[in-house]
Amino acid sequence: MAFSAFATGTAQEQAPRRKSRIALFLLLPGILYLVLFFLVPLVSLVLTSFQEPIVNGDIGEYQTAFRWENYTDVIGLYGEHILRSFLYAILATIFALLFSYPLAYFIGVKARRWPLIQNLMLVLVIAPFFISFLLRTLAWKSLLSDESVVITGLKALSLMAPDAHFTGTPAAVVFGLTYNFIPFMTLPLYATLERLDTRLLEAGGDLYSRPFTTFRTVTIPLSMSGIVSGVLLTFIPAAGDYINASRDFLGGTGTAMMGNVIESNFLVTLNYPAAASLSIILMAVILVMVTVYVKRSGTEDLL
Amino acid sequence: MLGEAVTAEKPPLRARRLSWGFGSWLLPAYTIIALVFLLIPIAYTFVFSFNNSVKSNIVWRGFTLDKWANVCDKAEVCEAFGNSLVIGVVATVCATILGTMIAIALVRYRFRFRSAISLLLFLPMATPEVVLGAGLAAEFLTAGVEKGLVTIIIAHTMFCVSFVVVTVKARVSTLDPALEEAGRDLYGSPSQVFWRITFPLLLPGIIAAALLSFALSFDDFIITNFNAGTTSTFPKYIYISAARGIPAEANVIASAVFLLAIILVLISQVSSAMRRKRLAKIG
Amino acid sequence: MASGAFAESGADLELVGISKRFPGFTAIERLDLTIPAGSFFALLGPSGCGKTTTLRLVAGLEEPTEGTILIGGKDVTPLKPYQRQVNTVFQSYALFPHMTVLDNVAFGLRRRRIADPVGKAHEALRLVELDHLATRKPQQLSGGQQQRVALARAVVNRPALLLLDEPLGALDLKLRRQMQLELKSIQDEVGLTFVHVTHDQEEAMTMADTVAVMNKGRIEQLGAPEELYELPRTAFVANFLGQSNLFTGTVSGTTSDSITVSVEGVKITVPKARAQRHTGDVTVGIRPEKLLLHTSDPKTAAGTNSLGPGRVIDVSFSGVSTQYIVAFPGIGTVTVFAQNLDFGPVVPDGTEVWVSWRVDHGFGLEDEAESQPRFPADTDTATIAVQKKRALMSELEEA
Repeated sequence: MAFSAFATGTAQEQAPRRKSRIALFLLLPGILYLVLFFLVPLVSLVLTSFQEPIVNGDIGEYQTAFRWENYTDVIGLYGEHILRSFLYAILATIFALLFSYPLAYFIGVKARRWPLIQNLMLVLVIAPFFISFLLRTLAWKSLLSDESVVITGLKALSLMAPDAHFTGTPAAVVFGLTYNFIPFMTLPLYATLERLDTRLLEAGGDLYSRPFTTFRTVTIPLSMSGIVSGVLLTFIPAAGDYINASRDFLGGTGTAMMGNVIESNFLVTLNYPAAASLSIILMAVILVMVTVYVKRSGTEDLL
Repeated sequence: MLGEAVTAEKPPLRARRLSWGFGSWLLPAYTIIALVFLLIPIAYTFVFSFNNSVKSNIVWRGFTLDKWANVCDKAEVCEAFGNSLVIGVVATVCATILGTMIAIALVRYRFRFRSAISLLLFLPMATPEVVLGAGLAAEFLTAGVEKGLVTIIIAHTMFCVSFVVVTVKARVSTLDPALEEAGRDLYGSPSQVFWRITFPLLLPGIIAAALLSFALSFDDFIITNFNAGTTSTFPKYIYISAARGIPAEANVIASAVFLLAIILVLISQVSSAMRRKRLAKIG
Repeated sequence: MASGAFAESGADLELVGISKRFPGFTAIERLDLTIPAGSFFALLGPSGCGKTTTLRLVAGLEEPTEGTILIGGKDVTPLKPYQRQVNTVFQSYALFPHMTVLDNVAFGLRRRRIADPVGKAHEALRLVELDHLATRKPQQLSGGQQQRVALARAVVNRPALLLLDEPLGALDLKLRRQMQLELKSIQDEVGLTFVHVTHDQEEAMTMADTVAVMNKGRIEQLGAPEELYELPRTAFVANFLGQSNLFTGTVSGTTSDSITVSVEGVKITVPKARAQRHTGDVTVGIRPEKLLLHTSDPKTAAGTNSLGPGRVIDVSFSGVSTQYIVAFPGIGTVTVFAQNLDFGPVVPDGTEVWVSWRVDHGFGLEDEAESQPRFPADTDTATIAVQKKRALMSELEEA
């Protein structure tokens, strides 16, 4: 998906695939590893989500059971957090898309005649990855805190109420989420736009289409695969994020997301079934999105 | 590492300017502003690594090179950094080996359950980190395995494999299959063909995958947090000290890593540009 | 592992009862072929006819579903490519980009542990006049130079059989002509058996001693180029090699040495020795360059056929010759190639003309000419749809 941006060279037509036992030997170690450390944990999560506390047991002691109610309990208790997570994630995705598309378009289409600058700009886009994202988020926290230049400036210009905050509000959380996932949105968009054949845009113009119409009817549909990749790559981690919403970072009292709840339940209150059922709910929503995506585009292009 | 990303079939952009319209300055201006915006936190972190801070590193107290000079005065920072390095290297090696083998199999061979395997490789990239982390922690819990360095490495290898597969697969797809056939035609046994032809040509992709894997592992927090137990890693240290106040030494390490990464990337870009010039066709 | 010795000269190649089936389609069906040692042999055919598959079977890059392959009398069917004394010049050259030209050429020698690989590699490069570029990388060479390096890399191993898979396809016309002559002279010099696969019939006829025309996985006809051209046996060969004017009719009379076919009332005589069938419905043909154009009715002399009157409906000048298309009522159109002995076309568009030709220039085919669709089969949507469906089904089979 996004990683074709890193491919050097053009894809060659491959020979018809050979049938050979070597394939088994090549696949087995990795696949077994993933089965053991990805599938089994998911199964583990499902089992845990149905567990019930051991009567008279310690905190954190559970036994295998089939307690459906874990799910209803969790939805009742944290329904607000669940909805909030998806809302923040959707907003962050939309903002990231609006921010990244022109950026990716410039780098991928307009800047093609200067490949060195193109690469340089790409490096700048992914540069944030090279600084720990915790520090990035904390940097924004400082830069947007009440005492910072930005906020005092905005207040001085009467663009913000004197007693308003930015950090600790949902806006700050969405801002943080958007910022942190911009590279995830930009790269797949870039990868698709880079392959855009500008002659198609010229053909649009030749066939009486005005620039905006060409954009709407040619560019956007052709870059759709990049848009979908970017949306998935942004929405999915954003929905489960808890750093941005954490109170030590950009969040406040009313901004806790599903991730925060899962974390606190798992690591602090040791309420494993609750944490597990929340995780499964999150996973289920994601799986629905992925299934729709796979049904439409098939599994060949997934990787 | 980054793609030269020019397809051979497309014609070069014509020298005559395409019609830019009134907004021809709009897009470049926006791009510059956007890029600056992206870099603000990096600049902030870098600047504050020179802060003469005492406890918390929020208020500017004065410029000093002290923190850079004596990074490991704060022992916890260096220990955390060291752990992250070890984990990164081990997880990268494991993930790269496993992932490269899978990538080769996917591109070159026919086998059953191809769709299921593609899905299995794709899902870790699509699963939120909380779910991955919680799931693994649940598994370790049920298995009675003690959380520590090893469990972190296991976790990191797991989520890196998919990314390695994707990166190497892209590279394998650019390999002309006729090259390996030529190798076999010229009396190369299967292992000779692999080590003398396939592997050297895959190497740039494998290196890119390894770097990507290391970067993901080094920066990982959420999955690590669930599976680390008491072991400290660099991101974990930052998270924990976020409440108290992060020492400038952490900024120093982060900035140093950033500079190193940027320099590596720039070197690779410049050297591949120079290589392209040198290899320009003659005659 | 092929042994360290060179094959001294080319070896015979025998394909016996070869079939190759891929999931979803059959590439080759019951192919029998013998190529004598030391000859320059061309496998000619349109794309998809199975010629490249045949080459790959000989090289060992594919395994036949049925049949045996013998090189120099030895059964090599179970042997892997690196165990066969066969080398290939690939269509894309397949030069190893991470090695120098010299290392490319020396690759096979080193794998076989042959003494002095570097010296022999230089010798091979001198043969193709590229020794001065030995330290360059393949990407620094032009297309023609790369092709010659690919040739040197194969020839240096002195294989029993050298296989060339459309090696000149990527070169421009002038370079291609040059390389055709060079390849032929190199083959003469080293005496190896060359098997050259191509879809370019001019190339095949210029270079090869023997040509086999393949179609849909079978060999339609095999023989020397002139023989194939002047005496095609099937409609496919008649139309694939050059152009033919074909007429289908019923045999209306025979003599001891010729048959007469009645086509829409016109009688066309063909020698029995040049006709594959002597009874029933027969398709006969004549090459366009053998036709003479007349502006008045030629009184039919003995030993000639004539058609007419017809009308010229197209005149195309192409330098050496002019192509006239003449429409004859009831029979259809006939193409005439006339050498431009003088300036300009002999007759303008619309003229009433007659054509004639010598009886012993005509030929009779084994089969009937099919009516040609306007677009060749492999570009028509129905065929594409069928191919796609087959591809999908084979994928489902694997999954």
